[in-house]
Amino acid sequence: MSLTLDLPPSMLTTAPETPAYLPAWFADRQQSAWQRFLATPAPKRGDENWRFSSIKQLDFSAFRKAPASHANVLIARSTGLAAPAAKLIFVNDELVHVDSNLPEGVICLPLAEALVSHSDLVQAHFMKQQTRLGSAKFAALHEASLTNGLFVHVADHLEVEGTIEVHHWISGENTVIFPHTLIVTGKSSKVRVVDIFRSADAVQPGLAIAFNDLSAGPNSRLDYIAIQAFNEVSRVIQINETAAARDASTTGFILNTGAAWARNESLSRLEGSGSRSDMLSVSIPAHEQEYDQRTFQHHVSEGAYSDLLYKNSLYDDSRTIFSGLIFVDENAHHTDAYQTCRNLLMSDTCEANSMPGLEINADQVKCSHGSTSSQISDEEIFYLRARGIDPGNARQLIARGFSVDVVDRLKNEAVEELVLSFIDEKFSRIANGHG
Amino acid sequence: MSLHIQDLHATLEDGTEILKGVTLTIPKGEVHAIMGPNGSGKSTLSKVIAGHEGYIVTSGSVTQDGVEILGKSVDERSRDGIFLAFQYPSEVPGVSNANFIRAALQARLPKGEEIDAVAYYKNLYSKMDILEMDRKFTARAVNEGFSGGEKKRNEILQLMMLEPEYVILDETDSGLDIDALKIVAKGVNLMRSPDRGFLLITHYQRLLDYIKPDYVHVMAEGRIVRSGGPELAHELEKDGYEFLKEPALA
Repeated sequence: MSLTLDLPPSMLTTAPETPAYLPAWFADRQQSAWQRFLATPAPKRGDENWRFSSIKQLDFSAFRKAPASHANVLIARSTGLAAPAAKLIFVNDELVHVDSNLPEGVICLPLAEALVSHSDLVQAHFMKQQTRLGSAKFAALHEASLTNGLFVHVADHLEVEGTIEVHHWISGENTVIFPHTLIVTGKSSKVRVVDIFRSADAVQPGLAIAFNDLSAGPNSRLDYIAIQAFNEVSRVIQINETAAARDASTTGFILNTGAAWARNESLSRLEGSGSRSDMLSVSIPAHEQEYDQRTFQHHVSEGAYSDLLYKNSLYDDSRTIFSGLIFVDENAHHTDAYQTCRNLLMSDTCEANSMPGLEINADQVKCSHGSTSSQISDEEIFYLRARGIDPGNARQLIARGFSVDVVDRLKNEAVEELVLSFIDEKFSRIANGHG
Repeated sequence: MSLHIQDLHATLEDGTEILKGVTLTIPKGEVHAIMGPNGSGKSTLSKVIAGHEGYIVTSGSVTQDGVEILGKSVDERSRDGIFLAFQYPSEVPGVSNANFIRAALQARLPKGEEIDAVAYYKNLYSKMDILEMDRKFTARAVNEGFSGGEKKRNEILQLMMLEPEYVILDETDSGLDIDALKIVAKGVNLMRSPDRGFLLITHYQRLLDYIKPDYVHVMAEGRIVRSGGPELAHELEKDGYEFLKEPALA
């Protein structure tokens, strides 16, 4: 009798198989993505897009896909908004719960189902942009390996009032997930989606290679919020690609409280004139957590507006990397583009790296970029302490306030409260010494 | 029952002596004003009593109802009933005024006890009405974008909410127009009580027209050089601090 463990094949060396019931175009895409994954060299030290990064985090050889486990427990733990418009729960990319009160005109389906029922629609929008911020290899791996995700399509002139809430759990040791979120808004429509990423327990390492594909139709409003709260031994690559058509308004928000290492690549492409993109992020790393964020504000059309605000509160020996570029194409006159990264250094041993950038090829453009790193001033602490607040609480209150500024820009009270609950949970873990 | 300052000496971190032996007693129920020229040590005295760590007390004592407070931390002194209204209150971005004051009140409760939110807001609004502060100030970040007058009113709001035993107002009148000054004085006067002592630090006599002191002290070069009744303030307003230059009084 063999004593070797019956491990599933490594996701890095064995071509994933597209299930036969999925459309041929998708199987073709997955196969060519796999070839692209194999052909694309791994990032290496010295690559501009990986400057300051810990390349060693990219050894994913231990990770394997796994079937859903502990689904009932995780469904019970999937707390979020009091009254979401729809709620979907995935465990290891398997849909284990769905509940929807969405109006007619909204397609909100697991991607595996939408690929069958709305094949043409998915094909028209699926991964259209080129991943240009460093993770092309992992985007290819994602495309080749993904088995499920969320597809949302909102019909023209339909405004979805509530929020679609999606939970993504990683369960089991060395499990990899490839969550994919594809959101398409029709003309003058509106939708808001929250993705919440968590681990089933605190000790088993997991990996997520996630992709958000957001396509905002003319004059529509698309808000996307990602809450990354994996356990502190997990890793995540999250790629966000947003395309905004004429007069569309998009918000992409990322909260990082979890994971040992998280890489966010966010690209907003302002394709239509008068379009708007708000790129927001709050990160609260502690211990040796490392958050590596790369952004690209691509102004293709004239008269568009983009505003990026990233805020990091760094504790202990944590690290952050921010590299952002505003890129204004030749014809994108009258562009308004702003980029701000602020770091609040809560320890003497944390490290914040910022590389803001601008490239302007058009006229009459208003652009600014800047990054700051600061510590809480003694006078500010003195003021709070002079009201009876002890030093630990005073620092926490100030750091929370620093983050709240960004959260306020979500302009939705229920979602703001949800995001703040994750922020407060992180701060209370920091206050109790558990990071 | 009094706040008693005895022969207090304090220096900056670089060793420069700012307070050179201040002795002053503020019994509960009384309002004492300290006047004096710029650089006389008035603001330093207020910060040293509050517990600012940027100053080093080299000798002397400060007792609150007989208990030495110099060994206590800033926040401990505040919780024990010392209140300093700042000349230049800090801005605290992202922390709403309501949450800030609530955190200060919460800090005074035993562990595990929570503030009753409904009663808290009722109390807060009633105090804000007295100070003619718009309700929107509850949601605004502490002092962020506030005018000078709004910041000072916000200090008085905190005073009214925290109900301390001893109150130090550090140049609360600076930067206030007459209308704002009247509102601030109204708040302070409402807080006057036999259970509370006040130390008013000011540059101008104008404030004392609206908050009548029981005693007036003159501070110069780190010491109290003259003490008297309210009439002393008028005298100073008329004649200035010229007398300080006379050798007999210096």
